[in-house]
Amino acid sequence: MAETIEELVSQEYKYGFTTDIESDTIPVGLSEDVVRIISAKKNEPEWLTEWRLKAFRVWKTMEEPRWPNLKYAKIDYQSISYYSSPKQAKKLNSLDEVDPILLDTYARLGISLTEQKRLTGVAVDAVFDSVSVATTFKETLKEKGIIFCSFSDAVHEHPELVKKYLGSVVPYADNYFAALNSAVFSDGSFCFIPKGVRCPMELSTYFRINASNTGQFERTLIIAEDNAYVSYLEGCTAPMRDENQLHAAVVELVALDYAEIKYSTVQNWYAGDKDGKGGIYNFVTKRGKCQGVKSKIAWTQVETGSAITWKYPSVILQGDDSIGEFYSVAVVNNRQDADTGTKMHHIGKNTRSTIISKGISAGRGNNTYRGLVSIGKNATNSRNYTQCDSMLIGNKCSANTFPYIEVKNSTSSVEHEASTSKIGEDQIFYCKQRGINTENAVSMIINGFAKEVFKNLPMEFAVEAQKLLGISLEGSVG
Amino acid sequence: MIEIKNLHASVNGKQILKGINLSIKAGEVHAIMGPNGSGKSTLAQVLSGHPAYEVTEGTVTFEGQDILDMEPEKRAHAGVFLAFQYPVEIPGVSNSYFLKAGLNEIRKSRGQEELDSMQFLKLLKEKMKVVEMDHSFINRPVNEGFSGGEKKRNEILQMAVLEPKLAILDETDSGLDIDALKIVSAGVNKLKSPTNATIVVTHYQRLLNYIVPDFVHVLVNGRIVKSGGKELAMELEANGYDFIKEEMLQSA
Repeated sequence: MAETIEELVSQEYKYGFTTDIESDTIPVGLSEDVVRIISAKKNEPEWLTEWRLKAFRVWKTMEEPRWPNLKYAKIDYQSISYYSSPKQAKKLNSLDEVDPILLDTYARLGISLTEQKRLTGVAVDAVFDSVSVATTFKETLKEKGIIFCSFSDAVHEHPELVKKYLGSVVPYADNYFAALNSAVFSDGSFCFIPKGVRCPMELSTYFRINASNTGQFERTLIIAEDNAYVSYLEGCTAPMRDENQLHAAVVELVALDYAEIKYSTVQNWYAGDKDGKGGIYNFVTKRGKCQGVKSKIAWTQVETGSAITWKYPSVILQGDDSIGEFYSVAVVNNRQDADTGTKMHHIGKNTRSTIISKGISAGRGNNTYRGLVSIGKNATNSRNYTQCDSMLIGNKCSANTFPYIEVKNSTSSVEHEASTSKIGEDQIFYCKQRGINTENAVSMIINGFAKEVFKNLPMEFAVEAQKLLGISLEGSVG
Repeated sequence: MIEIKNLHASVNGKQILKGINLSIKAGEVHAIMGPNGSGKSTLAQVLSGHPAYEVTEGTVTFEGQDILDMEPEKRAHAGVFLAFQYPVEIPGVSNSYFLKAGLNEIRKSRGQEELDSMQFLKLLKEKMKVVEMDHSFINRPVNEGFSGGEKKRNEILQMAVLEPKLAILDETDSGLDIDALKIVSAGVNKLKSPTNATIVVTHYQRLLNYIVPDFVHVLVNGRIVKSGGKELAMELEANGYDFIKEEMLQSA
């Protein structure tokens, strides 16, 4: 059986192909000049250039965080190119003008950018290396007053909104990687749901890193005004390369009174080979602010890729009676390292938060849950429920849990439950004895373990995530 | 149906089975009895292909096919079923989903069409009557939070759905109160047919009052030391396993 396991583990990453396309990539290195070049390439207004420069100056004074439970080679920030875009002669006016090679790339990834063919009712913004190449269903959404476009377009078309909200949840000096992103961010998605509008379709961004030696630094900003609702999906893949590539994104969500934002991620960046060579370094700052009363923000993430994951989607529960939720499945296999979790900052009264974290470790993977639940002095009658479950597959992986809890009033309650289990030879044997082969058995057991999280994903995504989980762990059981 | 010849098996380098010979025909019920540590459960595990056990010698032919090199799922497809002594819990996976997956794999392997959810549910509900199981078990996670008796009943339910040719019941009576024992045994009896066979592994004679064997084999120290009809079980119950050991000593 050992041989088949080896074969399965070394199964190729399905999205590891590269697209041969001429690109406009700036030389490696980072300086104020580079920041200016990026800003100039995007034809940005001066206030934004200044904002980037302020971020850059702060970043230079900061140090890379040392506290995560992660081991990775030192990142040489001067050996990365901070901007790469597929060459396009002019600004695109419609999807028909998108380079067919790019459309083909997305088709191979299972993403159709052709609106007519898209029956599932998901609007997609596709980001290729540093730029957004296409946004579908723009017109349909416009009728409702919804703005869904690339970040660059938003800077030009809706500068007042960008200016008002950019950095309002994640300030440029927030942390090392957020500062870096603020200085060099290239593109991303912008989404604005006006007062009282329920977004009629799922909005989705698909991130693809293609060029080598480049970093991807996208910035996403989602604003839901009073009584608005939006469900947003994010997917990511990258080619297989021997070198590590840096991905440092920032996502900011703002929910005003009674608004609700659901943000779901299926992260499948290239994880490196079985010896840990190559793969994406994923250092991401995601934070939502429940600014209004009774607003709600829910993060759901399925993390299967990346060599290194550093990610803590958080919610600031500022409005009274606001709700924050975090549902996570994080899988590490081979030599992957993940340090992920969430932060729930209870500030308003009667605020509630739920954290369900499922960590799965296989191979020589190392999985850490790190979470903070902080309940402020004025956040009276607030509640948190946390459940952290870890599953181990094999004898060489590890799982760690670091929950931090701070409560500063006496009327709130915090619950924390944790469990660690091992996928047993006996469970597998039981399934096999009933006619189910090892692969399907592992996939079934894992999906059962992660079920509570999957049920929070939009249907189409849930099916995708289940398959992905099966693939990531195929053959990791002996 | 199954022909076991000179079967030797070990676990972690320790020899447990030391030459088992056993032949079972369709329609027969064989009881394997023996003291603790004699190798009864090992035999059940080896026949169904548990990876922890290594077969060091001998052959097992099932319906003319050598099954020792087959993965456990292939043996299941061929019609071997093990009712576990300690049924395993699978959190988050519903009983019906699990069983449907198993049944459809088995059907696929036989070139039969897979059952859809409606067809399967109908079949499942019918079979649940056999073991008097409540419908709430359909959506409960596999064995999670089940009582000992419920787990054993669930095993028999699975057997009823999968309709194996050879069912191996490993200490199915352990942990059962008398009512549960009756229900489980009645279930097993209802599933008996001239085309299938059953191996009942048990420490106590009690179960054999309900599932009446055609043959009883006594396993001591990895070998079958005595075989006989159902009266042998009575004898063991009355005299304990020591009398067999004494017989062995005398004949030695």
